[in-house]
Amino acid sequence: MESTTDATEPAVAIRGVVKVFGAGTDEALTAIDGIDLTIAPGEFVSLIGPSGCGKSTLLRLIADLLPLTGGEISVFGKSAEAGRVDQDYGMAFQSAGLFDWRTVAANIELPLELMGWSKADRRARSAEMLELVKLPEFGDRYPWQLSGGMQQRVAIARALAFRPRLLLMDEPFGALDEMTREHMQNELLAIVADLDTTVVFVTHSIPEAAFLSDRVVVLSPRPGRIHSIVDVPMQARTAELREHSEFFKTATEIREALRAVEATIPSAGAPEPSPSTGEAAE
Amino acid sequence: MRRLSRLLAIAAVGLALAAVWEGYKLIGQSIGPEGGPSWLPVATDDLTMPHTWDILAAFVEPVQRGRSETLAVFLLRSAWFTLREAALGFAIGAIVGLGLALIMLRSRFLDRGLVPWINISQTVPLIALAPIVVTWGRTTFLSDTQAVSLIAAYLTFFPVAVNGLAGLKSPDPASVELMRSYAASWWQTVIKLRLPAARAYLFPAFKLAATLSVVGAIVGEISAGVRGGLGRVILDFAGRYTTGPEKLYAAVVAAGLLGLFVFWLANLAERRAMRGRAVELS
Ligand SMILES: Nc1ncnc2c1ncn2[C@@H]1O[C@H](COP(=O)(O)OP(=O)(O)OP(=O)(O)O)[C@@H](O)[C@H]1O
Ligand SMILES: [Mg+2]
Repeated sequence: MESTTDATEPAVAIRGVVKVFGAGTDEALTAIDGIDLTIAPGEFVSLIGPSGCGKSTLLRLIADLLPLTGGEISVFGKSAEAGRVDQDYGMAFQSAGLFDWRTVAANIELPLELMGWSKADRRARSAEMLELVKLPEFGDRYPWQLSGGMQQRVAIARALAFRPRLLLMDEPFGALDEMTREHMQNELLAIVADLDTTVVFVTHSIPEAAFLSDRVVVLSPRPGRIHSIVDVPMQARTAELREHSEFFKTATEIREALRAVEATIPSAGAPEPSPSTGEAAE
Repeated sequence: MRRLSRLLAIAAVGLALAAVWEGYKLIGQSIGPEGGPSWLPVATDDLTMPHTWDILAAFVEPVQRGRSETLAVFLLRSAWFTLREAALGFAIGAIVGLGLALIMLRSRFLDRGLVPWINISQTVPLIALAPIVVTWGRTTFLSDTQAVSLIAAYLTFFPVAVNGLAGLKSPDPASVELMRSYAASWWQTVIKLRLPAARAYLFPAFKLAATLSVVGAIVGEISAGVRGGLGRVILDFAGRYTTGPEKLYAAVVAAGLLGLFVFWLANLAERRAMRGRAVELS
């Protein structure tokens, strides 16, 4: 089920993707078994599903941090590897993962440094990003002098510092309290709207998915497959939306899909069929 | 204030040790014949155990009858000689150790194959090895003092290699993945991530290596017959023990102080290099 098929190149195209960990060994584990998904430029897509269904794995496959077992993934019409080498995406994870020997500004500048930006340009950009995540005064501090929510904002600033067209986020707000979380969600939406960024967002939170996304992809338990896709009606995503009936309708729809999915979790550990590995990654 | 109380604590322990020494001597001499009763493990006469104040006094006496130079100045000169050998040995050992750690990081094969040999290298007694190194040195362009530095390096490379490798491997997988997402090269990952993360492992190794370099230089001087350093001084004073036992003790104290001095230097370097992080740790 694809929402739009306009002429522009999809931001991410996932075709028949299979991921088996330890393929060929007797500990082979099929994490993902045949996922097709096309994400349009500028779209905000959330992945939601039971724990262990392969959400993080799918994100890592898009990021070319794991080799594919089968199928293919293209990022802006290129291979996932070319996407990584060309720095088409930025990444942010549940733990901020800042380098504690670098100041906040130096952390944000890390990808720019690796890309060979001049010092002046880096300074200018990190200052700009700090402004964007509302931490303009904290550039010279060290990460451990910041609260968890502030660290997370720095990590997002780092992920966006070189203006990637694609942002991959794995439960980035998972460790935050409810108030900070909502605040961060609003900020994230403002930032990605500003920079016209495509986002693939992994979350466990139904309200979060309903609030942030254009589409919510509900995955089935391992081996991960797409169970259903919930379209979120176009709306101004303001704080009021959280109390709006449309918002609750979407949340209910996601919740029901998740219920249906959880019901399929087998009670006993039935042996899973191992997929053919003939379709090897190139 | 903290510094002062620490110095006081160190001085107090030093005084206590001196008191134990004098106390033991006093007991031995008050209950037994000259030299104490035979069941005491160490005789207590002034030849075997000179008074602590005699040892201290020896420092300000002329090093030899008829020479104006005091023992303290003479020992300082000898310590300076040994320090230069040790410094060169430390530098060579640190570079070799870090190089080996990088090689083992780079190659899984060498990681497996090299470690046992590095461990075995430290089981060879230095006394056995030193003459070989000196003999080899004489067939090449190396001077004997440079050979002594090599002997010191033989001791110092070990902790640096072992701790360095552990430190280079210490970054969490998420950080390594982050660097990969930036398409960072192996060297970039070493420079920007692995080496900074390894500092917490390297500096303790440097501290150990610094004191080992002094030990290596002194042992090397003795077995190579190099004159001018503390090793030779200890050998000479041991040979003339009966005419001035307190001189040998003074030389041993000087060797200990030299070790303490290089340890302090390494500690200072650690503080400078770990600035920022140290605030939280202390
Ligand atoms: N490096 C790996 N090696 C082997 N198995 C792995 C590896 N990474 C993940 N898996 C397995 O793949 C499956 C999917 O893992 P994944 O981390 O993608 O789940 P997830 O949907 O992100 O779960 P969660 O919501 O708990 O984060 C799990 O069963 C996990 O054990
Ligand atoms: Mg996950």
